Formats: sequence, structure tokens, C-alpha cells
Amino acid sequence: MSNPTTKILTDDLNLFYGQKQALKNISIGIRANHVTALIGPSGCGKSTYLRSLNRMNDLIDNVRIEGRVMIDDVNIYDKQVDVVELRKRVGMIFQKSNPFPKSVFENVAYGPKINGVRDRAKLEEIVQNSLQRAALWEEVKDDLKKSGLALSGGQQQRLCIARALAVDPEILLMDEPASALDPIATAKIEELIYELKDRYTIVIVTHNMQQAARVSDITAFFYLGELIEADETKKIFTTPEKKQTEEYITGRFG
Amino acid sequence: MQETRLNAAALKKKFRVNEFIAEKFITGVAFLSLAAIILIFIFVFREAAPILFEEKKEVSAVAQVEEEQETYGEEFLGEGSAVVAEGMFRSESVESAGSEGEASLENLLSISWQPVSGDPKYGILPLAIGSLKVTFLAILIASPLAILAALFTSCFSPRWLKEILKPTIELLAGFPSVVVGFFALVTLASMLQSMFGLEYRLNALVGGVAMALAVIPVVYTVAEDSLASIPKHMTEASLALGATKWQTAIFVTLPAAIPGVFAAILLGFGRAFGETMIVLMATGNAALIGWGLTEPVRTMSATIGAEMAEVVFGDTHYHVLFLLGAILFLFTFTLNAVAEIYIRQRLLKRFRGEAS
Amino acid sequence: MSIKRALFGTYVVGVCALATLVIVAILFLITTNIIIGGWDTISWEFLASAPEEGMTAGGIFPAIVGTVFLVLLMSIAGVPAGAITALYLSEYANQKSVIARAIRFAVNTLAGVPSIVFGLFGLGFFVQFVGTGMDRILTDGVELHWAQPNILWASLTMALLTLPVVIVSVEEAIKNVPQELRAASLALGATRWQTIWNVVIPNSMHGILTGTILAVSRGAGEVAPILFTGVAYFLPHLPGSLSDQFMQLGYHVYVMSTQSTNVDATRGIQYATTMVLLLLTFLLNFSAIIVRSKVRGKALQ
Repeated sequence: MSNPTTKILTDDLNLFYGQKQALKNISIGIRANHVTALIGPSGCGKSTYLRSLNRMNDLIDNVRIEGRVMIDDVNIYDKQVDVVELRKRVGMIFQKSNPFPKSVFENVAYGPKINGVRDRAKLEEIVQNSLQRAALWEEVKDDLKKSGLALSGGQQQRLCIARALAVDPEILLMDEPASALDPIATAKIEELIYELKDRYTIVIVTHNMQQAARVSDITAFFYLGELIEADETKKIFTTPEKKQTEEYITGRFG
Repeated sequence: MQETRLNAAALKKKFRVNEFIAEKFITGVAFLSLAAIILIFIFVFREAAPILFEEKKEVSAVAQVEEEQETYGEEFLGEGSAVVAEGMFRSESVESAGSEGEASLENLLSISWQPVSGDPKYGILPLAIGSLKVTFLAILIASPLAILAALFTSCFSPRWLKEILKPTIELLAGFPSVVVGFFALVTLASMLQSMFGLEYRLNALVGGVAMALAVIPVVYTVAEDSLASIPKHMTEASLALGATKWQTAIFVTLPAAIPGVFAAILLGFGRAFGETMIVLMATGNAALIGWGLTEPVRTMSATIGAEMAEVVFGDTHYHVLFLLGAILFLFTFTLNAVAEIYIRQRLLKRFRGEAS
Repeated sequence: MSIKRALFGTYVVGVCALATLVIVAILFLITTNIIIGGWDTISWEFLASAPEEGMTAGGIFPAIVGTVFLVLLMSIAGVPAGAITALYLSEYANQKSVIARAIRFAVNTLAGVPSIVFGLFGLGFFVQFVGTGMDRILTDGVELHWAQPNILWASLTMALLTLPVVIVSVEEAIKNVPQELRAASLALGATRWQTIWNVVIPNSMHGILTGTILAVSRGAGEVAPILFTGVAYFLPHLPGSLSDQFMQLGYHVYVMSTQSTNVDATRGIQYATTMVLLLLTFLLNFSAIIVRSKVRGKALQ
């Protein structure tokens, strides 16, 4: 196995909502082309951390960040960094699927169009590619004009994934992508994640430990805004080093 | 496998022209409303100012030949400019140059409004009293009706009925005031005259009743909103204790909504005070002083509406009319401000359990 | 529960129901009175022909045209301004900032200003100040062209009057666009303006429509603001340019019923004109309600 490279390096990250500190001294390296799962009880900061990787927290009033988040060679919190460009490289899938009230085609084509792609043929190619990579193509290819909202829950989420893939990001951030879905749809999403990690670096927040165990290579355990432990998934779930990790895994709390 | 790595150059901050232009343009337009209200303030008061700051104006010669006469009315086909449909005062049309009278404080507070005459009188009192008479009457009639109806709509009516009632009564709000005025002038006045055997066909009573029709929707809407926004847990607590619907409505919902209902009445008052067309058509337009309700009256708003068209730009009469406008502006502004503060502060305090 | 109490309860509910009934009855009374009064005079010819014989016969076509022009100009001036202001307040302004609160305060105040005061403003600002300025610039102060009441000043005055209505309707619609859609757009690397243009505005068009309809409804019926900013009782021809005066339905009723030569003979025309105005208002308000409920139905998907 080749030496795994670090795609995202978080260095002593602290985040404050006004006076309240939500993240304390987070330092972690996210491996390229691997799936990293963030687990922990509600309110422990895992979603907040995820959102700080594409600076979606900037949209909240009163947020203050200290520390660095390096993606490749760039500290994304540097003053010189263009947030809009950043978000084109780091895609996000939300907990509740949020397709636009437009057609399937227009949903997926949204990103490329924003980036200036006008050529119809090119758009169609991108849309098809993205839908295929999101394992949705076969189900929608006959009616791309159908409204995105007319799809089932699982399909909508895959549509959102396709939409994110269409801008060709390098990293995919997923915030509990399957929590609102039934087991079959969930399984489809998990399968998809496995396929996607070849091309993308994936960070997924999940409150479902079994899912983390199934899907991820690395697992990071968050508790009360701190990163308690991060290691290979197998190790975390069988022989965790920290006591808190063990207690959470075995269900003593959470 | 993704080979490209991010570097600082790729993520360097970009200046987006479209973004910049859009933001500046949108912000600029938004300031329009702010500019508008400031402008209204300035101009209305500017034209009223000469009265306020020049108490003793020289009684200059009646004819000022060089002055360019600009009037804003136009010729009516027909006889003169009789402003009153029936009865009392007739303002005679003056063809000569504008009148320059003394708009001293003494004159303004006199009880006679006769701006077009040899010795112009700018007594605001009859006009103010006229406005107050009509407004009070309107509120007296409209408030109970509107509040009871609001109570019915929010507390007693089933859902489907509510969906019909609210828009229907709000439709009454959409009636142009000209229409209400017309109805009052033609039909209502005759009805009331025969009902009560009144001497004058158009008077404060007719104006007040007609105005009530226009005020009802205002009071109704705000009161209903206020009643409907009482949190469900309050009403449910009452019902759970065994109270009936009507007991809950009268002893829980209504008291809790008092600030909002009060504000509704204030807003209705403000609306009635500033209304022009209804009073212009239905009150007889005679600037009399007196507390009787069955005599014709002249409100401040109607005075502006009726006389501005025939006033000469820049003369005393013109400025006094603007003064009336300024008073109207201030009055309604204050009422609205009080109503809003009242709703917000009292209501919030109540629900946090702080005030009585 | 004692019988007395139950009876009292019924009495209370009864009184409230009665009040409601009275209000609705008044609505019906006025409407039917107007319709009955105008029924005989209404005809297609009436609507399409001009007044004749010193306003005692003929139709109200010029008044209809004048009203239409007025609300058209008013909407062109007021709706974009109002929509953009609403956009600013919901998307660009920091809600706690002084500017946002000042603008909201201004909008609330505007909403409460009596319509006659708008008329005074129209006179003092548009006709006098702007008009004189324009004449000075365009004709070296020689001609008296713009410093007079005309349809331009009247529609600008009306645009100001209806600005709050537009702003409130549009802002309501914008607020109803779910935050998650904005988040989705931004997470894809769209800029704020791109998000507004592609996601927010398309999903709040109904608010712009509602606001326009409500504004037009008010604009067609209000008479006080145009009394001395541009309306006239009789004009020999239709308004052909922005500096012309115009006739209007509401004003027509007002003058004809209070000051025309033969008030009684023209009663039929008065009623008919009022009827047209009333029905127009109903139609507009009704459409606004329909637009609103259609959207609500969609959103519940």
C-alpha cells in the first residue's frame, strides 16, 4: 500500500459561537482517498467540525475561528482565500436532502452552469457522468425533466450527491447523509460511498456507529467539542485506547 | 485518482464584478424608502414652516401683480366651486391674486376658519374638532363590532368558517374610500336623516358611521391577529381545567390579548383621523365649532383636499394647509409608534411573566 | 355547569356571531346597493365611450384609460424599487444593523402616513421642487412645463404610497424560501448573488406578483394623493405624454357626486362608475388571494 497522504490537516482548531466554545484544540489529519467517519453523541461538535472544512460556519453570525485548516498546501482560513472557490473543491451533502425545485437535469447542471459552462452537449455529458457516479443514472435517465422533488428520499439524496459531484470536487463532506432514509436506501448510499472513495476524499458524520464501522477506514471520536481519539476503524471499535471512546462504543452513554 | 493539489494561487481571493455591482445597486435602491420618508418629513414641514416661524406676518396688499399665479385646480364645468353639497358656508372664488393674511398663533387658535375672505381667518380649532368628532364616533361604532367579530373568528368559529370570514372582512378593507364616501353621501345620509329626523343631511354622524365602515377592517385584522397569536398552551391549559370555550375566550384569551387589541384601536384611530375622501363627501364640509353630532363638520384632511386645489402657491393659505398636513403626519406617526411599542413591549413582557 | 352559565355562554357567543354577521352584512349591503344603482347604466358602450353633453351622458372610457395608465406607471416605478428593497432587507442587511432597522422603521412609517399627506408631498416635492428644477434645466426657466400636476408626478406619488405593500409582500415570499436551498447553492460554490438570482428570486416571484396586485388595487382606488398632483375631471383627450393630466375613476365619482351641475341626473353614471371601481377592486383582491393560496399549496409538497 502506498504511503497514505494527508489531504486535510487540521491544526489546533478552536471555534467559538459568541462566548461559547464549540470546538477545542482539534488536530487531525484526514487521509486522501479514504473514508473518515466522525462519531460522537449529539452536540459533540462533529457537524460543526465538518462545516468548518468548507467554511460553511462563516454563514453563522458571531462565529470565531482560531487555528488552521490546511487542504493540501493552503490554509483555507487565510485571509487571501476565496471562499467561493474553496467550496467548489469541497462538496457537501446535507442531512436532509435539499434538491432545488427544478428538474433532475437542472439540479445536477446547476454547479457547472454557475461556473460558466454553457455548451449544452458538455452539460449533458457532465450530468450523465455525475448521475452515473452517484448510481442514479439508470433510475432517472428516461425522464431528466422530472422535478427533483418528485423522487423518493433515497433518490433525492443521491441526486444531491450527483449535484455535488458535478462541480468536480476533491473532497466530499457528508453530514449524516442516510439518517433520514430507510435501510434499503441507506445501504445504497453506503455502497456508493465505498465506490466514491477511489476518486474522492470523504469525511462523513454519523450518529450510527454500525454505519461508521461498515463504511469508514478511519474513525474519529468527538466528545464535548474535543477530539478524543482518531485511528483506523477496526482498532477504534475493537481496542480503543481512551476510556471515553470505549464507553461510547459499548453504549455506556450517548 | 485525483492528482491536482490545491495551492494558494488557485484559491486566491477573486474580485467578482457582478457581485460587487449587484450588491451596491441593491443597497442603493433600499435606501430609497429611507430617503422617501426623510424627504416627506422635510418637504411637508418646510412648507408649513413659514407659519411656525413667522408669527406676525405683514398684512400685505391684496393684489401682487408681479407674482405668477399658479393654481392647481382646474376649471369645473358648472357653477363655481361650491365645495359644500348642502348648507352652511360657501367659499367664494377669488380671482384676484393670493391672499396674504396674518397667520399668527392667535389667528390659528381662533374659532373661525375662513381663509378666503377680506380678513382671512385660519382658525384650526373647528377643523381639529371636526376631525376628532368624526374619528371618535367612528371608533365608538367600529371597535366593539370589530373586536367582537375578531373574538368570534379566532375563538369560536370552526376552521373552515375562519378561512372564509377573514378574507371576506379583509375585502371590506379593500373598498376604496371613495366608494364608501359615495355610499354614505347617497344612501346612508338619507337613511339616517329619515331614521332620526335630522335637520342637516350631511353631518358628523353620517361621516362617523361611514368612517366606521372603513375602520372596522383595520381594527378587526390587528385584533384578530393578536387574539390568534395567544399561545395554544394557555388556551389548552384553561380547557384542561374544565373551562368551556367561551370562558377560555373571555377570561384567558381576551385579557392576554389586551395590548394587541388596544393597539388595534389606536391604529384604527390613526387611520380615521387621516382619512380624506369619506369625510370630504359625507360630512357637509362646514367649519363649525360645536359638540353636536348632527351638524356638518369639516375635518383637517378634508380641508386640505378641498382647498389645496384653489390655493395660490406660496401664500399664507397654502402654508396653513401644509401646517394641517404636518399636524396630521405627526399625529398619525405618534399613534402608530405608540401602538407598535405597545404591542411589542407589553406583549413580550406579559409572556415572559414580567408585567402585570 | 349551571343552566345560567350555559345560557350566558350562548349569549356571549351569540353576540360575537352577531357582530360578525353585521359586518359581513354591511359588506353585502354596500355592494348590492352599488350594483343595483349602476346596473342600468352599465354597458359595453358605457365602458368604451367618452363623456358627452357636459358630462351628463356618455361613458367613462377616458377615466378607465387614465386609471390604467396611472397604475401602470406606478407599478413600473414602485414594484422594482420595493422588490429590491425587500431583497436588501432579507438577503444583504445584517438584521441588527442600524441601517436595516432604519429602513424598516421608514417602511412602517410610510405605511401609516395619511394619503392626503402623500398628496401634499407630491405637490411640494415633485410638482414644485423637481418640476421647477426640470423646467429650469430644460428650458432655462422660461417655460412652465414640468412644474405642473401631471400623470408622472401622480404615479410617482402613488408609487411611494404603495411601496410598503410591495415590500411586505415580497419580503414575506423571500423569507419563505427555505434556508437549506440557499445552503445547498452556496456549498456548491455559488456566490451570494448567484444564489439570489438562481434560487431565491425564482422561488419568490409569487410574492412580487401578490405585492403588485395589492399595490395596483390601492392605486386604482385612492383619490386623495392625486387630487392636486395630476388628476382632472374632464380632459378633451387621453393622456399622451408624461406631462399630461389624466382622468381617474375614483376622482370622477367624487366630483360628479358632489360638484357636477346636475347631480341627480348623473346619478346613474355615478353608480355605474363606482360599480366599475368596486368590481375592479374585488377582482384584484381576489386574484391576490388566489396567488397566495396556490403558492401555499405548492409549498406543502
